[in-house]
Amino acid sequence: MIQLTINGQPQQFESPINLTQLVEHLALQGKRIAIERNGEIIARSQFAAQMLEHGDQLEIVVAVGGG
Amino acid sequence: MAINLKLWLLWVEGKTVPTTNRSHLQESMDNLVIAGKAYTSRLLVGTGKYKDFNETRMAIEASGAEIITVAIRRTNIGQNANEPNLLDVLPPSHYTLLPNTAGCYTVDDAVRTLRLARELLDGHSLVKLEVLGDPKTLYPNMVETLKAAEILIKEDFQVMVYTSDDPIIAKQLEEMGCVAVMPLASLIGSGMGILNPWNLQIIIDNARIPVLVDAGVGTASDATIAMELGCDGVLMNTAIAAATHPVLMASAMKKAVESGREAYQAGRMPKKLYSASPSSPVDGVIAPADSTVTRKTAQ
Repeated sequence: MIQLTINGQPQQFESPINLTQLVEHLALQGKRIAIERNGEIIARSQFAAQMLEHGDQLEIVVAVGGG
Repeated sequence: MAINLKLWLLWVEGKTVPTTNRSHLQESMDNLVIAGKAYTSRLLVGTGKYKDFNETRMAIEASGAEIITVAIRRTNIGQNANEPNLLDVLPPSHYTLLPNTAGCYTVDDAVRTLRLARELLDGHSLVKLEVLGDPKTLYPNMVETLKAAEILIKEDFQVMVYTSDDPIIAKQLEEMGCVAVMPLASLIGSGMGILNPWNLQIIIDNARIPVLVDAGVGTASDATIAMELGCDGVLMNTAIAAATHPVLMASAMKKAVESGREAYQAGRMPKKLYSASPSSPVDGVIAPADSTVTRKTAQ
């Protein structure tokens, strides 16, 4: 069991998970998003290689209307 | 009072003389050049506060803007998976997207937000930096803004920077490598217009990079006045989005910016205080019925 904090909200996962799997789990595949893991930007091409660890802090962002 | 203020502002405009040291910014087509890229529109618009994406799209099309700002925010987790995305409506292939750091109060938050934006937009490096100092006024914290700009420039971002209308700070931002300075006309979203044309004029006269008024424009004449002062462009959001008819206001703003730019280039006539000058010939006026009256004044 690992716990991740995703956009400030804790979520538990039964088994190890990489970033590609997390994106699919959150139904965000194919969406234009960017992800920061523990303060570091993770390039989209690196998602599959990123095995997430207990305690990871993730920020997942999109572009929204703003001035 | 409002009318008197407007007249005073118009008087202020008349005192200003177009300066020649900014001719390097004018290309033959009168493009706005930012970080080496030419844009035909001098109106930049935000994408916030619209009723829906359709209104956003129509207003932005009516504005003619090529550079549009977007905010970077956490995505909804586990809800509205099919929610439409702003970038589906305003694709990066059609517009130059300018991600901002709205809502950031620290150097760290602003820098992290723009790193995320660069990843989100496939390496796009043109950004709008704003580090706010106070949630009530949204006034920029220039100490933090200078620190954030330094970090971002080292990381090869092209930084268009929201700033107070302090001429010294504006010059420092230019010297450290920002690609445009964007002083406020008045507080963000206030619609109060240009409160300090004197400071703006000093910033414009000293700058060797584009100066864009960002924030505070309320209606079309505000944008025109900014352009008549010699601003290179105007960035606005609320003035359009919060109008009763946003699409019509977007069209008005397009014309206002173009009109102000042309007036600036045309070079306005000097003002003559307390001294009229007729537009029609003074000679050849028909003789008065009463010939004892001498109409022509020869002195």
